[in-house]
Amino acid sequence: MMLEDIAFITKIAVKSSAAVFFAALGEIFTQRSGVLNLGVEGMMLVGALAGVAVGSATQNPVLATLGGMAVGGTLALLHAFFAITLRVNQTLSGLALTILGGGLASFLGRAYIGKPALRMTVWNVPYLSDIPVVGDVFFRQTPLVYAAYLLVPAAAWVLFRSRLGLRIRAVGEDAASADAAGVPVAAIRYGCTVFGGCMAGLGGAYLSLAYTPGWKENMTMGQGWIAIAMVIFATWHPVRAYAGALLFGGLAALQFFFQATGVEVVPIHILRMFPYLATILVLIAVMRLDRTRGSGAGPAALGIPFSREG
Amino acid sequence: MLILEKRHTPLKHRAITTASVALGTALLAGAAVMALYGANPLLAYAAMFKGALGSTFGLTEVVVKAIPLTLTGLAVALCATMLLWNIGCEGQLVMGGIGAAGVVMLFAPVLPSPLLLPAVILCGAACGALWAFVPALLRVWANVSEILTTLLLNYVAIILMEYLYFGPWRDPQGMGFPGTPLFPPAAMLPRLLDTRIHLGLVFAVALAAGLHFLLARSKWGFSVRITGHGPQAAGYAGLNVPRQTLLVMAASGALAGLAGAGEAAAIHYRLQEGFAAGYGYDGIIVACLAALQPRLIPFCALLLGVFIVGGEQLATTMQLPASISRILEGALLFGFLLGENFGRYRIRPARRIKGAA
Repeated sequence: MMLEDIAFITKIAVKSSAAVFFAALGEIFTQRSGVLNLGVEGMMLVGALAGVAVGSATQNPVLATLGGMAVGGTLALLHAFFAITLRVNQTLSGLALTILGGGLASFLGRAYIGKPALRMTVWNVPYLSDIPVVGDVFFRQTPLVYAAYLLVPAAAWVLFRSRLGLRIRAVGEDAASADAAGVPVAAIRYGCTVFGGCMAGLGGAYLSLAYTPGWKENMTMGQGWIAIAMVIFATWHPVRAYAGALLFGGLAALQFFFQATGVEVVPIHILRMFPYLATILVLIAVMRLDRTRGSGAGPAALGIPFSREG
Repeated sequence: MLILEKRHTPLKHRAITTASVALGTALLAGAAVMALYGANPLLAYAAMFKGALGSTFGLTEVVVKAIPLTLTGLAVALCATMLLWNIGCEGQLVMGGIGAAGVVMLFAPVLPSPLLLPAVILCGAACGALWAFVPALLRVWANVSEILTTLLLNYVAIILMEYLYFGPWRDPQGMGFPGTPLFPPAAMLPRLLDTRIHLGLVFAVALAAGLHFLLARSKWGFSVRITGHGPQAAGYAGLNVPRQTLLVMAASGALAGLAGAGEAAAIHYRLQEGFAAGYGYDGIIVACLAALQPRLIPFCALLLGVFIVGGEQLATTMQLPASISRILEGALLFGFLLGENFGRYRIRPARRIKGAA
């Protein structure tokens, strides 16, 4: 394989990784606060549709992106109400959200099928995009990809260096102690869940505005579930989440590479299975390593509703 | 702010409360979305229910849909009874279809015809069982979440099916239409009279009754329920939880695979686009609404069947997207959770405590 082939694959990998990364980052915050939201796939789908809908109404990519985030956040608010206030089974509430979100996107999206859509344009970062190879791979992308770069250190800082991050992690580890220390448990959990929804919506909007512009039924193709798996792979850490998303993007890029070069090493259908199979393999590897290292798996209070009465 | 107070005396008519809250929520949410879309919800609901319940065709179609829904509902409920989440019934159903079509593709010319149909059914169930066995194995061996693995494998199964009917199993006489060749008559499951209701109905009802008996009365069922109450306690009681997990997941996958074999051998007579119609995901809702009780599952499957057929009828009569049934299903599950919450808690607005600023 030549250098330019590797550059080609890496460029598509970076482009393909953003949606999964956004969704995984959001779910990291949600889970760090102790809430399990399995509705990521549904929130991504409505986010993708909202991106197309707002985009075609306003022709403004910024508003379209914000629209996707707002709708994702609104659906997450529903999950937050059920999971935090009503204290229902979070697995079921999340699945309900995925089914509802998928249905909403499919029902309301019918009008947008096959319509020309707003397309987010590539923006060359001054100076950086002129660096040989690296510049082309990393700095000739759509602005949302740059947002992902910036979010990695920012999220890590908030989670591990700020007072807010300390509170989020405290609530996710031991809600009762955090409550006794005066941390507003419900408010933190609501905030993190809604933030997670906004990020899932952003991931969806990225797909429909920048990655493959336009609305297609079920266009997320399970990326929401892959994002949830990435949270486990990343051991709830933003930096490793980006690494995991790149890994996923690389597998997606291989498909394009083989299509572009006309080389059929494996049938295209088998290639399409790779991201799902690789995600499962990665989960196995992480869980086996965890067992041998004896390190904990995830926030201790994950999925457990909190109330003062117990 | 709202405060939840635990109920010390159980709510009267708890099941009825839960069911009416669930249905009410679903219909209200559906109405809101239809209004948002610019359709009159009352007219739409009238068209839906008339389409599903107002004709012999509609009624029989509801039963036709209820057959796979009962089987996937049983599949989810069996696992959930021991706190396992099989969200992969869709993939297991597709694998059941692949198994059924595989027998036809490979053995139809050589197998004596009376043996063909049993082989189709058994192979379908076996493929479904195998597809669920992998996540069970990963759960037991590496503690990998079965929620994620069963779900991710859905996509793999669907892609595999597409690969087969676009590629090696494509009907050479299909005029470019992607699908496997039509099953020979010996591989077709008998239908009832002039309808699409098929022998699978008998299987589904018998399995619901059988599973009810097994879970409620047998020693094995008791051990499954005990494991559901606490895997650790079950371990102390000398139950082999890993083995139980493997067995229950495989049985669950076999039920879903059976649903797929039934769809292949009695409805489509082949694998083709639209074979993965979402019955696997619907099974989750059926199982929840039935409170995981096998004897209630056929009735909940009928209710969901009404939604699905109603949605399809709505698409033909009022040109509204049939996916309204998905919205109703999602809202139904939320409504169920809400209703259950009413059963457990009393909800009241929080009062400020005097003296607290």
